[in-house]
Amino acid sequence: MTHDINIYILVASAVTLAIKILPLTLIRGEIKNVTIRSFLHYVPYVTLAVMTFPAIIYATQSQISGGLALVAGIVAAWFGASLFKVALLCCSVVFVTELFV
Amino acid sequence: MEGFRDGTPIGLGYFVVGFSLGIVAKYVGLSPLQGFILSFLNNASAGEYAAFMVIKSDAPYFEIALMTLVANARYALMSTVLSQKFSPDTPFYHRIFVGFDVTDEIFGISIARSGRWLNPFYNYGAMLTALPGWSLGTACGIIAWYFFSPSLLSALSVALYGMFLAVIIPPARKDKIIGGAVVVSFLLSLLATEFFPEVSAGNRTIILTILIAGAAAILFPVHEEDNK
Repeated sequence: MTHDINIYILVASAVTLAIKILPLTLIRGEIKNVTIRSFLHYVPYVTLAVMTFPAIIYATQSQISGGLALVAGIVAAWFGASLFKVALLCCSVVFVTELFV
Repeated sequence: MEGFRDGTPIGLGYFVVGFSLGIVAKYVGLSPLQGFILSFLNNASAGEYAAFMVIKSDAPYFEIALMTLVANARYALMSTVLSQKFSPDTPFYHRIFVGFDVTDEIFGISIARSGRWLNPFYNYGAMLTALPGWSLGTACGIIAWYFFSPSLLSALSVALYGMFLAVIIPPARKDKIIGGAVVVSFLLSLLATEFFPEVSAGNRTIILTILIAGAAAILFPVHEEDNK
């Protein structure tokens, strides 16, 4: 190890914080362009969807339990369960399923 | 505090994320304090994971800057979205502090807030559990990575995905275009994972987000009145 871990941490943190803080502070006014506004409107849903599937299936010990958790989570969220309840349900489904798989 | 309430499951989930990151951090040689500081300042799973890979390979410092930039590029998008949720007379320092802890989940719950403008104190409430959850989780993972049984870890690993689903599914039910975008995202993400396994999860997220959200914006532009 010829590099200092503390400097690595410093550099990584500086880059991350710049990415997070600069747009928020530099863009003061409203963006008027409809295409950009629409793009920003869709970004969060697309990003979270891409990150959730298929990752949820590979996160667990068995793909069956992850798949069941996905279905259970979608159904619960569809019927308006809260963030905490959906998360808890998904964990429980995995835990119970893996007792049998 | 609503932010604190909504942030509690996030904080718990982050403890698990932090914990699993801590195991990797221990592997590449970080001390508990270093893990705590890195997690406190970054709060980014893909970004931290990328950083650990660079540290492990003992690469030049600019490489960790580049990797962090790529792995965290989506936060620039989120930060830009949030910039539009702040009333123009919000003081500068609120923007800095909210920007300090832009994460996927905090972003998710803040844009899910109804009303035109976002109250920064909502974010501070969520940060109150998210920041300690994540950074203490990392430290604990480094100190005692043998704490949890594999089956418990396996169950807890889907907590975050459950939260994601709770954020995207209700609007997908209400709005057909968002629903369609979510279905397309699931499909393309699966195909990309199957056929381009060498593309990292972070890059896959960036590329698909720009493609799908870009296509949706061009095909189905949102006008203010539909947004309300």
